[in-house]
Parts: sequence; structure tokens; C-alpha cells
Amino acid sequence: MLKDQDRIFQNLYNDNGSDVESSKKRGDWLNTKNIIEKGRDWIINEIKISELRGRGGAGFPTGLKWSFAPKDVGSRPHYFVINADESEPGTCKDRDILRFEAHKLIEGCLIASYAVNAHICYIYIRGEYFIEGQKLQAAIDEAYEKNLIGKNALDTGWDLDIYIHYGAGAYICGEETALIESIEGKKGQPRLKPPFPALIGLYGCPTIINNVETIAVVPTILRRGGKWFASLGKAKNTGTKIFCISGNVNSPCNVEEVMSIPLKELIETHAGGVIGGWDNLQAVIPGGSSMPLLPKKICETITMDFDSLMAEKSGLGTAGVVVINKDQDIIKCMARIARFYKHESCGQCTPCREGTGWMWRMLERMAKGEASKDEVDMLLDVTKQIAGHTICAFGEGSSWPVQGLLRHFKGEVEKRNNYNPMINKGKNIPYLVDQHLLDKENV
Amino acid sequence: MSLRSPSKEQPEHFEFNLASQEEAKKIITMYPEGKQQSAVMALLYIAQRQNDNWIPLAAMKYIAKFLEMPYIKVYEVATFYTMYNLAPVGKYFIQVCTTTPCMIRGAYNLVEACKEKISEKENELSKDKSCSWMEVECLGACVNAPMMQINNDYYEDLNKEKTLKILDKILKGETPKPGSYKGRISNEPENNRKTLVDLKNA
Repeated sequence: MLKDQDRIFQNLYNDNGSDVESSKKRGDWLNTKNIIEKGRDWIINEIKISELRGRGGAGFPTGLKWSFAPKDVGSRPHYFVINADESEPGTCKDRDILRFEAHKLIEGCLIASYAVNAHICYIYIRGEYFIEGQKLQAAIDEAYEKNLIGKNALDTGWDLDIYIHYGAGAYICGEETALIESIEGKKGQPRLKPPFPALIGLYGCPTIINNVETIAVVPTILRRGGKWFASLGKAKNTGTKIFCISGNVNSPCNVEEVMSIPLKELIETHAGGVIGGWDNLQAVIPGGSSMPLLPKKICETITMDFDSLMAEKSGLGTAGVVVINKDQDIIKCMARIARFYKHESCGQCTPCREGTGWMWRMLERMAKGEASKDEVDMLLDVTKQIAGHTICAFGEGSSWPVQGLLRHFKGEVEKRNNYNPMINKGKNIPYLVDQHLLDKENV
Repeated sequence: MSLRSPSKEQPEHFEFNLASQEEAKKIITMYPEGKQQSAVMALLYIAQRQNDNWIPLAAMKYIAKFLEMPYIKVYEVATFYTMYNLAPVGKYFIQVCTTTPCMIRGAYNLVEACKEKISEKENELSKDKSCSWMEVECLGACVNAPMMQINNDYYEDLNKEKTLKILDKILKGETPKPGSYKGRISNEPENNRKTLVDLKNA
């Protein structure tokens, strides 16, 4: 288990207040001026040494991302954007940072904005987090008052303004280019990449976008050194991470732990174990709903980091661990996730707009056992026609969970949907009377 | 995609009151000059707050003029994002999260409670016209599942009984206390905390 002094988010459970004075007692805003005076290159280099990877889901190296920002400011200003549009089912870590560790985020914003040459920072918060947004606004006001941000912040000569922009219930705005569109006051539909936002982003200007957790850990890394952060966890999967453990566990919680912690340890130690005991475990979604589920057998040994989960054809994503025990109907659980994606598709690309609906309807029928035998393979075919054929990664995000279900629980799906429409004519399911089924050779 | 269409009954006229105008002008200053279109989302919220929690077409037209942008662009935004209510909802607007992490902890019991107390169908006003409810997608409080949102507040760690009590209070016009209904603070592991214990006892 990670030592308490190595935990970055000391106030994760709000034990001693989130205002600026209590935050300072925990070490926030300590020597921030010195850090900035060490210069851009030092900051970016130190983040590269720490091997910090983005905490928003994709796991892109943060130092590398910052180095994509143009070195000098040309005719267009630079922008820095925080992605706090946390809506991945199973994930609720950013919410705690916004309400309890806001000063870590603001301090991170100052350092990161300086590193990428930005004077304006927008924090895009999902509309549902209105109360959290207000708490963050209070923290921002405090920071302005104490000259921690604003004109000549901390006497460093750097000006920084932070503004909050509220979203309005669109999951897709967590995608960085959709988020930019949304700040510009348009529908949140992702843009084609390239050009990448680091060169052409918000208002056509260079824009760096980072997740809340990524930026909130930056000040601590710079104070304690990139090497300290890199010494935790495994190579390329370093540091600490907030895990959100939800679902069928005895005490669901958020907890900061070291990267590469074994999943079993995480569930047993911090979340009080699976309801009904470890043997009652059916499957775990390791990184928010977009990541394919893992059956119990893999859960026994898997460690929670980007690369080990990728090797099992899943991913760490946002580290939202959803535990599903044997009392649940796994097909129904996945059907509900498919409904989420059907609801949240932005409608820009046809494979996703139509395909998410198909997957949902097929899975709903499969949960009831009303699908025919052929449809199980047809469903897999549909997922493959969505993934990789859309502008943004939503196509993958919506089809991976279904692929995961078919990879590990195909037997269960087939057992329940063993119906052959050509033989059992007595079963009256109108949508199965489909002309193309009549063309089958073996009928 | 979610299907959304504006209410059939629309008021003729809408304009910001003084407080809303002030707020709107302040928001526009957050964005660079000439980029006032960025403020459209915030202005729609202001309109929604001023107009009993829903946005009539007249308000979209007004905002379009206010921000010097085409009406259709405001309409696009208002119909794209699901938090803008395009038809009247109750003064207490209840949103029950039923996405998988909440579902497996019994979110549909909350839905049942809403059906019993408020209305049989989603988006239908209760008898006294003060409440309406709907199922929504993940609200981002998964470790406090099952949960629901009433206006801006989160009510967490619920079950059917507790939900019924909350709804009773709301139907009486009271605002129940938001937060966890299991007595736990924020989202620490209940009775099982192993981290940052010194801080807790400090």
C-alpha cells in the first residue's frame, strides 16, 4: 500500500478544509514562484522525467504534449484548457479534486499555463457539477484576492486569468476537439485531426488541453522532483492515481493508490471486497465504461496500469473500476452501457449514430433471449464496423465494451439466444421475419 | 443521439430581466473580443433560470440578437445539449441516474419511487405541478450510487425508502439536505478507511 506521505491528494476526503489557508498548510502554493523562475524548459523536462501520463483516459505523455505548443507566441495567443467534463460511467475522481483540492488544480493551471505560454485558462466543467463549479469559483476568487493568479501572479511577471465554462450534459464534450467547439459556443461535435489543437485549437489558436487530475498532480511533482514520481509504480506507468471503485463492493470509494497496484488488492483492501466474497465476482470494468470488461480469471492477477491492461485488450482509461458480481445479469449491464452510448452519440458520423442504436437494441433483445443465433456474430460485426470508422474515439469507446462482452461471455450470450428462426416457426417475433434470412444456403 | 423537440406551447415574448442582463454582460467579458458566441451556453442557462427552468423559442431568438449570432446556431446548441429543458419541467426537477454503476446498486428502485410519488411517466408533472422526474445518464457520482439530482443538488447513497422520504419532503415544498444518505462524508470508504487516517484523527 502507498505510504500516506506519498499521497498527493491529502484532502481527498475533505478532512481539513479546501480553502486557501488550509491548502497552504498541506503544502500547496509553496515555492511556486521558484518553480516558475526555473523556466519553461526545466518544467517541461521535469514532467518528462516523471513520465506522467494523462489521467483523462488516453494516457498520452503530458510533458510531450506540452512540448507541442509553439515555443514563441506568434500573432495568435495561446490557450490552456482544463477538461473537467467528467462523464465516463464509473468515474468520479475529478469531482473530488474540484471540490476539495481546488487549489492544487489552480496552482497546476498557473504552472502549466506558464509552461505553454498561455495567459488565459478555461476550465470546462460538466453542467451537472454546478455545486462543484461554485466551490472552484470560490477558490479562484480567493486566488485572485491573494494575487496567486491574475495580473503579475505571485510577482513572477506572468499574467493569468482563469475562467469556468459550464457544459450542459454532453458526454462527447470530454473529447478535446468537441470541448473546443463547445467553448466556441457550438454543438459539441469533434473535429477531424490533424490539425491537432496544440497548433490549431480554440479560436484557431494553439491550445493545450489536459485533464483535471493531470494538472492537479503537476505542482507536487515539480516540488518533489520528477524522479520521485517516476520511482512509484512501473516504468512508463509511474506515479499515483485516484481509483474510483464502484458497483458491487462492500464499501465503494475513491482512493489514491500507486499505479500498477493489483486489482484484487485494490478491491479487497480499499473497497471492502466484493459483495458475497471474491468468489462471487463475475467481471470488472477496469477503466470506465468504454474499456472492455475483464472476467474473474484475469482479475485475479491483473495489475492496474496502462500497459498491463492493454495487454489484456482492455485499458486503464479513467481508472473507474466497476465491479459486477454474479447476482447481476452481465448482458443487461452491457445493454445499459450500450444505451448510454446510444444516448450520447453526437450524431456526426453515421457508423456511430446508427450503430450505437443497433448495438443497444440487439443487446436488449439478447438480454431477454429474443435474438437469433446468427445475431450474436452479427453484433460483433456491427461493433467492428463502428470502431475505426468515426472522426473521434467515441466509435471505439462505444464498441469496445460490447466486444469485451463477446470476447469473454460469448458462451453465455449464445446459451441464452439459441433460437433459430427458420426452425422454430412457432415463436412470433416479427422483426426476425427478415427477407435476407431466407437466402441462407443451409435453410 | 437523444431526440429532443421544443414544447408545442410557446410564449410570444421573452427578454432578460435586469439581473440576467448584468450577469450576461459579465459572462461575455470572459471571452476574447468578437468571440461573444462562446457565451451562448451560459446565456441559455440564465434564460432557463429566469424562465422557471425551461427555455422557450423566444428566449433563443432573444439570445441570438443579444450575441449578434444567427438564431439557428442558438437553436442548434439548445437542442444538442440535454441539460437545456425545451419544455416546462417541475419547480423541483428530479434526475435519476440509471447508468450501469448505479443500476447494479439498485437505481431502478429509485425510479419506482418516483413513479409512485410523482408521476407514472417520465417528464410528466406531478399532480400539484411542482415536480417532474426523468432518467438520465451517468451523473458522475458512481461511488455514491445509487443517486439522484434535484435541481443543482446531489442526493447520494439512496434506497427506495430514503427516496420516498426525500420526495415526500419535496412535495411539501421543503428542500431536503443534499449529500450522502448513509451518513458518510463525501466518498471515503464506509467503515473501512485505511488511508490518510492520521489526518482524519488530527
